[in-house]
Amino acid sequence: MTQKKNKISIKNVKKTFGSKIVLNGLNLDLFSGESLVVIGGSGTGKSVLLKNILGLLEPDSGSIKIDGSEIVGINSKEKEKTLSKIGMLFQNAALFDSLSVWENVAFPLIQGKKASKEMAKIAAFEKLKAVGLSEEVAELYPVEISGGMKKRVGLARAIVTEPEVLFFDEPTTGLDPIMGDIINDLIVSCVKTLGATALSITHDMASAFKIADRIAMLYQGKIIWVGETKDIRNTGNDYVEQFINGRANGPIKMEFRQI
Amino acid sequence: MRFFIFLGKHSLSLFSTIGRISIFTITAITRCFVPPFYPRLIARQIVEIGFYSLPVVGLTAIFTGMVLALQSYTGFARFNAEGAIANVVVLSITRELAPVLAGLMVAGRIGAAMAAEIGTMRVTEQIDALSTLSTNPFNYLVVPRIISGTIALPFLVIVADVIGVMGGYLVSVHKLGFNPTLYLQKTWEFIQPIDIISGLVKASVFGFIISLLGCYHGYHSEGGAQGVGRATTNAVVGASILILAANYMITEIFFSNIQ
Repeated sequence: MTQKKNKISIKNVKKTFGSKIVLNGLNLDLFSGESLVVIGGSGTGKSVLLKNILGLLEPDSGSIKIDGSEIVGINSKEKEKTLSKIGMLFQNAALFDSLSVWENVAFPLIQGKKASKEMAKIAAFEKLKAVGLSEEVAELYPVEISGGMKKRVGLARAIVTEPEVLFFDEPTTGLDPIMGDIINDLIVSCVKTLGATALSITHDMASAFKIADRIAMLYQGKIIWVGETKDIRNTGNDYVEQFINGRANGPIKMEFRQI
Repeated sequence: MRFFIFLGKHSLSLFSTIGRISIFTITAITRCFVPPFYPRLIARQIVEIGFYSLPVVGLTAIFTGMVLALQSYTGFARFNAEGAIANVVVLSITRELAPVLAGLMVAGRIGAAMAAEIGTMRVTEQIDALSTLSTNPFNYLVVPRIISGTIALPFLVIVADVIGVMGGYLVSVHKLGFNPTLYLQKTWEFIQPIDIISGLVKASVFGFIISLLGCYHGYHSEGGAQGVGRATTNAVVGASILILAANYMITEIFFSNIQ
């Protein structure tokens, strides 16, 4: 077994919505045990990329393999099985607001893994503790807690089944810088503890630097640069430089037209 | 030329909507027979639809029965046929008014609530989250609602039948001076099992329509709060119109041969 084993490999994936091409032959490899961050402007298709891998959207063409097994064009039952390896933290946490905090965290255990309610509750409290939430919070409902707490609960829910792969959709968006950094630390420690492979998408460079082993930049439906985090400051790529330094002027022209 | 473009565009969108609703219906019905099943969710929905709609449906039924007695009295008095009031009240209530009016009230109460709840879950990514947590959103959200809608509405209509007939009795006896025993006797004399059964079959179909459209519009809502609002309106309006159309068709099936 080589050091760099492919966990997820994406080959030539295309996805269009009407006449708008969002992913235009995208290639990306995710190695086992690494943390890869995909950066790119708003509306460049980062979320669409994640949703294609998760099977929430079906690519028009191309191939996505997880642990060597193809997930494009297979039936939903097989897909469900492969995708149960993935845990996901949604942008706004996407907690079920009809369930209390601990029930949210226990949900994948009770529904997905058919665990008993008592066992699931113990595991949920354990994970809530791991993300720094007290037992009082566990009995509250998602509407009663702050944005930062929701993210933590979402993280606890994503890691409770101890998945092999973790996805993070804009983990720090909508949080103050300090809370953002706390979430970044939590992500790093959770990924390390689980020994999971992580794929995050963000436009927050501070977050990217903190959690990434490698960074890939998405622009106009393709990955235009991918490499080690330490190399991103001297890529010689004008697009990457403009983005990581946050300059309004450069080769990237923002589209102001509404979709 | 522009007229044809307009015509083409709208007929295409009409057909694609019909197609999408058909696919949704077929998926929902197939999923009713595919595990996992959620009996507790079904029970909760039955209580929500059946029990909590009782006041609304009861009030609708009693006033309808009362006004029916009053109006038919004004009409029949001209032909000295007041004796037929009991007949008119019991047949109109059981065959038509109880199922249709209960259906319309429940469409407003439950159809709207389903569309709003599922629609909000859609726009806040909770439905996507369900999929990533190894839970099929159809089994978890749609199937329990459709099953409970189909089961609960007939029970509501039985209650509405009784209350509606009672409303007619109250007006006939206390306002129009009918003999109580004679009125009840006439009511029993005229009613046939088919009158009640046809009403209950209607109720079941209406319950199915209401929950199906509530779930469909919620499931396919997009574009934030405005989209959820639109989904809610479409669910109620669509269900109401379909209820009236289905009512005609079921009546045709039941009674076209008998009379």
